[in-house]
Amino acid sequence: MATGTEPQPKSGGVHTGTRAAIAAPHLRTDRWWLAPAGTAAGLLAFIVYSTWRAFADSNYYAAPYVSPFYSPCLADRCRTMHAGPNADLFGSWWGISPAIIILIFPLGFRLTCYYYRKAYYRGFWASPPACAVAEPHKKYSGETRFPLILQNVHRYFFYAALLVAGTLTYDTVLTFRDEHYHWGHMGLGTLVFLANIVLIWAYTLSCHSCRHIVGGKLKHFSKHPVRYKAWKFVGKLNNRHMQLAWASLISVAAADFYVYLVASGAFNDPRFF
Amino acid sequence: MSSYEARFKVWRGDVKGGDLEDFKVEVNDGEVILDIIHRIQATQASDLAVRWNCKAGKCGSCSAEVNGRPRLMCMTRMSVFTREETITVTPLRAFPVVRDLVTDVGFNYQKAREIPSFVPPEGVAAGEYRMMQEDVDRSQEFRKCIECFLCQDTCHVVRDHEENKTAFAGPRFLMRVAELDMHPLDAAADSGLDRKKTAQDEHGLGYCNITKCCSEVCPEGIHITDNALIPLKERAVDRKYDPLVWLGSKIGRRSS
Amino acid sequence: MSVVERQEWDVVVVGAGGAGLRAAIEARERGARTAVICKSLFGKAHTVMAEGGIAAAMGNVNSHDSWQVHFRDTLRGGKFLNQWRMSELHAKEAPDRVWELETWGALFDRTKDGRISQRNFGGHEYPRLAHVGDRTGLELIRTLQQKIVSLQQEDYKETGDYESRLKVYQECTVTRVLKDTASISGSAAGRVSGVFAYERETGRFMVLEAPSVVIATGGIGKSFKVTSNSWEYTGDGHALALLAGAPLLNMEFVQFHPTGMVWPPSVKGILVTESVRGDGGVLRNSENKRFMFDYIPDVFKEKYAESEAEGDRWYEDPDNNRRPPELLPRDEVARAINSEVKAGRGSPHGGVFLDVSTRMPAEVIRRRLPSMYHQFKELADVDITAEAMEVGPTCHYVMGGIAVESDTAAARGVEGLFAAGEVAGGMHGSNRLGGNSLSDLLVFGRRAGWHAADHAADLAESRPLVDDTEVDLAAAEALRPFSAEGPEPGQENGRTPENPYTLHQELQQTMNDLVGIIRREGEMERALEKLADLRVRARRAGVEGHRQFNPGWHLALDLRNMLLVSECVARAALERTESRGGHTREDHPGMNRDWRRINLICQLTDPNGGLAAADPVSGQISLTRETTDPIRADLLALFEKEELVKYLAEEELYE
Repeated sequence: MATGTEPQPKSGGVHTGTRAAIAAPHLRTDRWWLAPAGTAAGLLAFIVYSTWRAFADSNYYAAPYVSPFYSPCLADRCRTMHAGPNADLFGSWWGISPAIIILIFPLGFRLTCYYYRKAYYRGFWASPPACAVAEPHKKYSGETRFPLILQNVHRYFFYAALLVAGTLTYDTVLTFRDEHYHWGHMGLGTLVFLANIVLIWAYTLSCHSCRHIVGGKLKHFSKHPVRYKAWKFVGKLNNRHMQLAWASLISVAAADFYVYLVASGAFNDPRFF
Repeated sequence: MSSYEARFKVWRGDVKGGDLEDFKVEVNDGEVILDIIHRIQATQASDLAVRWNCKAGKCGSCSAEVNGRPRLMCMTRMSVFTREETITVTPLRAFPVVRDLVTDVGFNYQKAREIPSFVPPEGVAAGEYRMMQEDVDRSQEFRKCIECFLCQDTCHVVRDHEENKTAFAGPRFLMRVAELDMHPLDAAADSGLDRKKTAQDEHGLGYCNITKCCSEVCPEGIHITDNALIPLKERAVDRKYDPLVWLGSKIGRRSS
Repeated sequence: MSVVERQEWDVVVVGAGGAGLRAAIEARERGARTAVICKSLFGKAHTVMAEGGIAAAMGNVNSHDSWQVHFRDTLRGGKFLNQWRMSELHAKEAPDRVWELETWGALFDRTKDGRISQRNFGGHEYPRLAHVGDRTGLELIRTLQQKIVSLQQEDYKETGDYESRLKVYQECTVTRVLKDTASISGSAAGRVSGVFAYERETGRFMVLEAPSVVIATGGIGKSFKVTSNSWEYTGDGHALALLAGAPLLNMEFVQFHPTGMVWPPSVKGILVTESVRGDGGVLRNSENKRFMFDYIPDVFKEKYAESEAEGDRWYEDPDNNRRPPELLPRDEVARAINSEVKAGRGSPHGGVFLDVSTRMPAEVIRRRLPSMYHQFKELADVDITAEAMEVGPTCHYVMGGIAVESDTAAARGVEGLFAAGEVAGGMHGSNRLGGNSLSDLLVFGRRAGWHAADHAADLAESRPLVDDTEVDLAAAEALRPFSAEGPEPGQENGRTPENPYTLHQELQQTMNDLVGIIRREGEMERALEKLADLRVRARRAGVEGHRQFNPGWHLALDLRNMLLVSECVARAALERTESRGGHTREDHPGMNRDWRRINLICQLTDPNGGLAAADPVSGQISLTRETTDPIRADLLALFEKEELVKYLAEEELYE
């Protein structure tokens, strides 16, 4: 028999009475905390930045560039963007930043995204902090009940995200106009917007719900060759869902920040033609 | 390359209690953790309990936790550790311990029984089954599973919450539901069994918060989360949370 | 004596690999209450390691295939020593057994038109192996496991108990088959009445009473040092049958798979699937020469390519070209590799090179041979898409085994005992073709389950009784390692107990060196002496600790079986003075047509005296020769006369 036998501490999880009596909640020796800490720091930074920008209600338009946080702009108080993505659907009673109206959708999309769920469950909620590292919570019901059962609405946010991505595509096309709304322009901002829209689309289409809708739900791929191809394509993107989630998060903030710099006059958009 | 002496801590004991015991063991070129455990057994502790079979990563018997990470001992090479490191080997910590490195994995066999089996299509004789490769690819990936139960061990839903064991089938068996639901000839639906719905209602799919530890530890590299669990969640959404489908079923029920 | 838990069943299946599970399914479906005894966890049996596929003449890929061609290949592979009726049943029934798996949920790789894909393999004239990548055994065992679960679910619906008609005893080991009259009558071979087993987890003993016992315990590879076999392969079933009074057949035929890993040392012996060669892999020596072209034996000259160009063309156009000699039966390839290494043309770690990297694009290799890719990458740091593997022969399979009736799988000499799978002898003759093992499991597993159920039904009113004395003896035998320090009858006091692990290592080394792939008379005589010595020492094998999950104890008990079986192999190998299939004598290199009709039968010299009394030198096994039945005329007519003269003696040809 083993030496130094000690009685099993009585409590939950890995310390449940019948399991091997090991006092340490985990025995990992690597830097397991690095990934969740990094994730939490990255997400926090974005939250702080985007909250500031979303409520700022200023410096979001510098023709021809409109910040992706404010597009489409749907209130009376919006800056006029000639042929731009603004439509006064909400009228003048909307008293705060018009970004709030529209940001609900990309926010909801990302909040219910299967990757971000993993990221914040691990990073913020420590559920679990890392694999085989005990989580600090006494009870756990996962996504079985309110509010987390609402994560199942991800698909509807995906549809909304398609519309948002469509609008941002339109905005990107408009960056080929100059500040006087004449076509045939290209500035550094255009490149920033192009990069952003590519990443936004790649992230949106790599979504697990999208993969399900285009083909994953089928039982017989052989009977739907086109959807099978589409499913395989989305599957390839889906493999990179995490990377695309981060890349597009950074790019959308970068696009907004670029607009801020130009609109606030801190920087002049270099023009290529 | 040559042999050297490594320091090991191996958990020894049973359900009444136990502790990490120190060993100094010779290590040779190319060896894996299981070789070292066997050497301890043959030279220092003949009754050290360990489960193993094929020693080639094919049977999934020698699951344990090495330096706190769930792994197959036969596929963990000594060369991934430094010579100075003390290597800690413990039994799986999500299941009741039997003795030393052996745990009672009965939970998994109980869950396996709760998943309704393949339902053969009516009127298709043996030998008449026709399935296209692209239609079996997905389920074939899941059938690579060697049932080492590392995913069941690492999943915090049951690892950290014993009380969830009744309601939650665990990644391996939710994947089994997905495998059958994607089987091109499974006729469960015709027999009145909706696997998509029961995944949520009876096998605890909702407990999964897709934090992907199952995929991380899978020695077969199966994309459990991306290819089985999330698609299954989406299929459950089809059934249960899609307002259009819900509306359709309401109207359908009225008219019928 | 100790209180032993007793349970009643109709059929007890010992072993939960492919054959055991298939037998259990059949017995349960025929109405017998069936127990399966599983040495490991359910679903971990050695069958999971089978890689290549299940041979069955379905003709999905090449429609010329038929059971007759399959039968012919099997006999050629076995050098005509096969129990031909078994080979016939096997070839005829294999396709149905494979198709049946699909109705239980198996997912094989598919052809373009949606049927089961079939691949080429050594010794098979047409692509014949139903497969799933290179993990066919896993698919097989999982399918059978899940079928058992589905039967249990049916029983649960009806009776409220999953295990009412079919129960799997996990991590249990049988140490004795019990009979009703053995100790009462003293001499008459009694009828089977059950089994005596211990449960690993608790160390508790149990007796499962049943009129039918199916032995399906697999092979004996753990008696050899370099082996592809897993921990369980300690020849338990062979020994159980011997101890129950049943004979073993042709135990000299042990297959050395030509391609096992050779480096690093800790993985030496792990299998490299034959599919590597079936899919285009070639063997080269250190001079970069495809040496197999030099090793085509006369009997196969017409069937194999003479040039590399022809061999390469065969993969694309098999109808107009002959196959490359890398695909010769396993015994030929293993011997060739052995000779190359001996001649100094081996690879750095004492094997030869097996190369797919120059034959197929990396992506194709990863798709078709995923677990080989994984295995070499993880265990040897070798990327098989970029460099050659080093391979050498490894002990893989025993063709010999329990002598059975072909149609019923009933063991000869003991009523109520059945055997199927690797543990049964005869089906494969002197050498097994790749892929024929999985089909063997299914065909004869089913037959064993069927006839075991029938036998149990026949005895429903007069079940053989378990003899309490036998139970007590079995319990005492199983407990002996715990009291090994004490004085033994006929031994002086205080001799230190032997370490079972040391004994096992010595046994493995002995068998590997002295009764290995190439055999010599003097070496085998030395092996028998060494075995006698080990046998005496094994009686003192002692263990520490208690009965709860104690591997030292388990090994001490398994040693008895390994020693018995090893003696059978060594004795039979010494007796057969020719080279045939899995038995190669350096001192008798040729195949002798007169030996073709001879089966060597091993029996326990003194089945009632226990093992203690046996004289260390004369051993425990007595060997007899037996002449086999002539091959049925219509089966013989499947071969050309020119071919038959190479195998059959004159008088057989003109009978």
